[in-house]
Amino acid sequence: MIRFNLNGAWVEASDVAPTTTLLRWLRDTRGLSGTKEGCAEGDCGACTVAVVEQGAKGPEYRAVNSCLLLLPMVHGKHVVTVDGLKREQLHPAQQALAEALGSQCGYCTPGVVMTLFEATYRGDLDAPWKLDDQLCGNLCRCTGYRPIREAAQQVAGTCPADEFSKALPASAPADTSLQLERAGQRFTTPATFDALWDELDAHPDARFVVGGTDLSLEITKRFQAPPKLVSLEALAPLRALTEVDGVLRLGATATISELEAFTAARSPAIHRMVRYFGARQIKHRGTIGGNLCTASPIGDLAPVFLSLGATAVLRSRATERRVPLHEFFVAYRKTALGPKEVLAAIEVPRPSPTARSVAYKVSKRRELDISTVSAGLFVDTDASNLVTVARFAFGGVAATPKRATAAERAVVGKPWTRETALAASKLLGEDLTPLSDHRGSANYRALVARNLLVGFFDETLTVRQPALQSGHAATVQPGGLS
Amino acid sequence: MSTLHQPQLHESGKLHVTGEARYVDDLAVPALVAQVVPAPVAHGRIRRLDVTRARAVPGVVAVFTHRDVPGENQVGPVIHDEELFAFDTVRFLGQSVALVVAESYAAARAGVKAVELEVDPLPAITTLDEALAKGSFLTDPHTMQRGDVEAAFVGAPLVLQGQVRTGGQDHFYLETQCSLALPEEGGTVRVISSTQHPSEVQTILSHVLGVGRSSIVVEVPRMGGGFGGKETQAAPYAAMAALAAVKLRKAVKVWLNRDQDMMWTGKRHPFLSNWRAAFDAQGRILALDAKLYADGGFSSDLSRAICDRALYHADNAYFVPAIRVTGQVAKTNLPSNTAFRGFGGPQGMALVEEVMSRAAERLGLDPATVRAQNFYGDAPRNVTQYHQTVTENRIGRIWSELLESSRYAQRRAELEAFNAGSAHHKWGLAITPVKFGISFTTSFLNQAGALVVVYADGTAQVNHGGTEMGQGLHTKIRAIAAHELGLDVSDVRVMTTATDKVPNTSATAASSGSDLNGQAVKAACETVRERLVPIAQKLLGAEAVSFAGGFATGGGKAVPMREVTQAAYLAQVSMSATGYYRTPGINYDRATAKGKPFHYFAYGAAVAEVELSGLTGEHRVRRVDILHDAGRSLSPSIDVGQVEGGFIQGVGWLTCEEVRFDGKGFLATHSPDTYKIPACGDTPTEFHVKLLENAAQEGVIHGSKAVGEPPLMLALSVVAALRHAVSAFGPAKTEVELAMPCTPEALLFAVEHAKSKG
Repeated sequence: MIRFNLNGAWVEASDVAPTTTLLRWLRDTRGLSGTKEGCAEGDCGACTVAVVEQGAKGPEYRAVNSCLLLLPMVHGKHVVTVDGLKREQLHPAQQALAEALGSQCGYCTPGVVMTLFEATYRGDLDAPWKLDDQLCGNLCRCTGYRPIREAAQQVAGTCPADEFSKALPASAPADTSLQLERAGQRFTTPATFDALWDELDAHPDARFVVGGTDLSLEITKRFQAPPKLVSLEALAPLRALTEVDGVLRLGATATISELEAFTAARSPAIHRMVRYFGARQIKHRGTIGGNLCTASPIGDLAPVFLSLGATAVLRSRATERRVPLHEFFVAYRKTALGPKEVLAAIEVPRPSPTARSVAYKVSKRRELDISTVSAGLFVDTDASNLVTVARFAFGGVAATPKRATAAERAVVGKPWTRETALAASKLLGEDLTPLSDHRGSANYRALVARNLLVGFFDETLTVRQPALQSGHAATVQPGGLS
Repeated sequence: MSTLHQPQLHESGKLHVTGEARYVDDLAVPALVAQVVPAPVAHGRIRRLDVTRARAVPGVVAVFTHRDVPGENQVGPVIHDEELFAFDTVRFLGQSVALVVAESYAAARAGVKAVELEVDPLPAITTLDEALAKGSFLTDPHTMQRGDVEAAFVGAPLVLQGQVRTGGQDHFYLETQCSLALPEEGGTVRVISSTQHPSEVQTILSHVLGVGRSSIVVEVPRMGGGFGGKETQAAPYAAMAALAAVKLRKAVKVWLNRDQDMMWTGKRHPFLSNWRAAFDAQGRILALDAKLYADGGFSSDLSRAICDRALYHADNAYFVPAIRVTGQVAKTNLPSNTAFRGFGGPQGMALVEEVMSRAAERLGLDPATVRAQNFYGDAPRNVTQYHQTVTENRIGRIWSELLESSRYAQRRAELEAFNAGSAHHKWGLAITPVKFGISFTTSFLNQAGALVVVYADGTAQVNHGGTEMGQGLHTKIRAIAAHELGLDVSDVRVMTTATDKVPNTSATAASSGSDLNGQAVKAACETVRERLVPIAQKLLGAEAVSFAGGFATGGGKAVPMREVTQAAYLAQVSMSATGYYRTPGINYDRATAKGKPFHYFAYGAAVAEVELSGLTGEHRVRRVDILHDAGRSLSPSIDVGQVEGGFIQGVGWLTCEEVRFDGKGFLATHSPDTYKIPACGDTPTEFHVKLLENAAQEGVIHGSKAVGEPPLMLALSVVAALRHAVSAFGPAKTEVELAMPCTPEALLFAVEHAKSKG
């Protein structure tokens, strides 16, 4: 039985298939039609609701796409929807949006309201561009966004002492473990590793899921229901983000938003990639492990992790083993994971101060888009500026995330100069085999990959591991040579 | 106090933010649902269509094909060349072949899979170029001209030629197509539809069902966006719902999910234009000769009028001494392209703006100067290619005010300094004008009706023919009605648009919503008011009385309007009235290609500043300044919203939005995963929008001007600014080769081309 708190009251969802989305259940079963379906793939935000999750500083409201959220994923949690916001008066987010004329047709509006609802209680929205990051998962076709931004500026971080603030401390997810079998589908959320291994022994054909930002598309777009799912969401050790002896250990089920906060002061390269990873809603549900285990050639984390020399930690009932990340990606959408084995964490050594390291993502639209080309670029040099280590990793230009080994080999031992970078850029074609599709032609992708390597040299001339400048910085920021 | 001309909140704003606002799919009416059986290929002959197995699928209630249509199997709005259900030939991938009605979407989808449909593929035309090469057209060419074009080219100091392409654009209204049909007694039906044109839905339904229009009521509560995409293209799906509801005697809903909506409904017409132009050495245009081709898709829809509007706007704000523009609509095996904000106007303007940019680049002149010296002026420089005289021209005033307020000249100098010191990033700055003709160019469509109902308690309901899709029409109408009746706006309710309240309406389109319906509402209110005046005179004991803000005043006294209406009721006075309006004095003779198709012109200008990366082709709009002419705005807050929203939508069309079909007519960009409309971060952080002051327009409702479409074309300033930034990567006088939409790829290749000139 799925049980969760909806707008302040505990509700039960009985007799529903485990692959029912929260959106469909709200609308079809509860008649709560305020929450809208705009795309059923997490790209428009009209379905946004807030879910309380345990954050680093306590429970917090997180805006998520209810179209991708399967009902078992909210078991034991508190959910707030647009239909539950209004009390005696409008919520400040609603009030601000209405007064700014932030709604025209009104169809995206409930989703915008819920994203602003999260923003209202966020304490870290301290720059205007962060509001765009907060809002980029809510498409509006009418307003041109200016009034929506204005409303966001008014409410972001105001943390009013209202009943939503007061309810928060007691709203942390409690027991979210679950075992459910209905309509020929099985969904399990084990709370311990033993329970996980037992489930896998009994159901070796079960598929893993955490946030569901990728897997749910099979349900909402292809209308196929995976018969057996095992959620890793309740296994706390898999979610930990720690730093020990200069190595970042990044738990596989940590969300992208958690990774973003964790890396802000620890890894400029990862942080820059995560900034443009996706919408706030997606970052709240998407996970490190999910992004890597799909082994998609356009996954955003692989290139930056590859460039930093990351290691994958794989865990099964019997053992824990370590695999260099470049060996983890075996083929198109295939990884080195064995049966009954999970990706537990990624270990990323902090680069030495002498190393140059940046990650780039180029896409048709800057925010909430899939990479046309992405790159993680890393070069370390010795005292006489000779290259000791080079790792040039790319996404979107081969069947898997890929290191450009010919170019890497060509620079090792050479002085790190613009000429060296330029010469290496011309060798990228030996490893990269881009395709043409609707995101970009092969020629464009090849040209961008070359330009990024040269741009990387220029950008890191003075600051070797440049953080994202505030504001809407260009992908390759002006560096020593602007 | 009247709220007319004052900033107002959106009439439904509070309902939007609470989620209370109901759209068709939100209505709590139990209904059967449906799925369309789509054609699997872009062109083919149906060899076999057997729905027997589908009918047997559990949960499937019925399957309908062309055989089940009691009336005409036709949904073509102007020309009857579009079947409701394909029956022998399929002409685009996704064309409706049958409808499965079921108790659930899962059952309906299973039913679709069980339909046995065999189609023998025929050669398909899936690009505009292919259609042109094969001579595949939906219309004959239509030409507008003035002056001796051939003579003007002889000995001209500068002759340029080129080809301009503009891309398609998905409407991406957040609410997809949806219609709910409720059967009523005696074979009649009520259809609640997300449509901009309820009267046309009613008409098409009457043809499909073979009944009179009086048997059908179409209602529109509100739309979650329209932008032209629900002008004609709601009708087929509404017709399917109505057909099923009448046949089954049950409520039936037809709703398209996002992918279906994007794959099956038409978009903005892609255009390809070949042109040549003559200039003098100072950049004054002497002649323009252009052929414009539109991709109409598989059927006519509104394509002819859209192509005409491109021709009407191929001059934009410029007087071209000798001009000849010809337009023709190509026929392809793609979804039928349709109305989209601007209706061909943007495509026509994109052409002439590229011509102006090219001339300025070649001559090494500031494009702002080249543009300004070519504006329409005094006679004889004030006659268009369709021989309408341009009167009350405001572009000069807008241009100089905006150049000043945006600090164009200083910023251009600052920009040159930045560019000189920046290798990988260049800034561009440009100003472009808009002159947009207001009226349906099919002249008889310029009519509207209203029904105003005042109750004895002093509250009123207003019915009019327009539909609310977010543009704020109801907000303006409410203000007009409250003003005329002297009521407080909170006592005026604008009703769901319904064909049984106001008949024979035109689409809410062509920016005409408040111009036409506002006048009709005003007329209806005036009739009621005239009847209330004697009552008030008696109550107040005064000859001169006035109604405003909920009170009747006269003779030094004031009484609440509800006392007047109550007294009118007791005195047996009618307090409902209809109103009607038609735009005077407009016409166009297609045979001679001459006339006065537009009641007036709306004007505006925009200054855009961009930053472009020469490494990736990515760009960012840094700042935009707009000065737009909305006349004496009925509601400045609503109109600023139209300007901002229209501008960003135009920026989307011209930059990030790319409609891509594969070679087989399958839409590769059929969801927001692959089709990118602007997101929040794409809006410039410096975005200054102002409405022109002291700009009342004579002959239009309360001195206002239409504002729905014109601002979209202000986005051409971004393309002009991008061209400027691209040229900065090359040597002086670099002529830019930049495709639209200006995607990062298009821009990077343009940069490479510019660099190669150095």
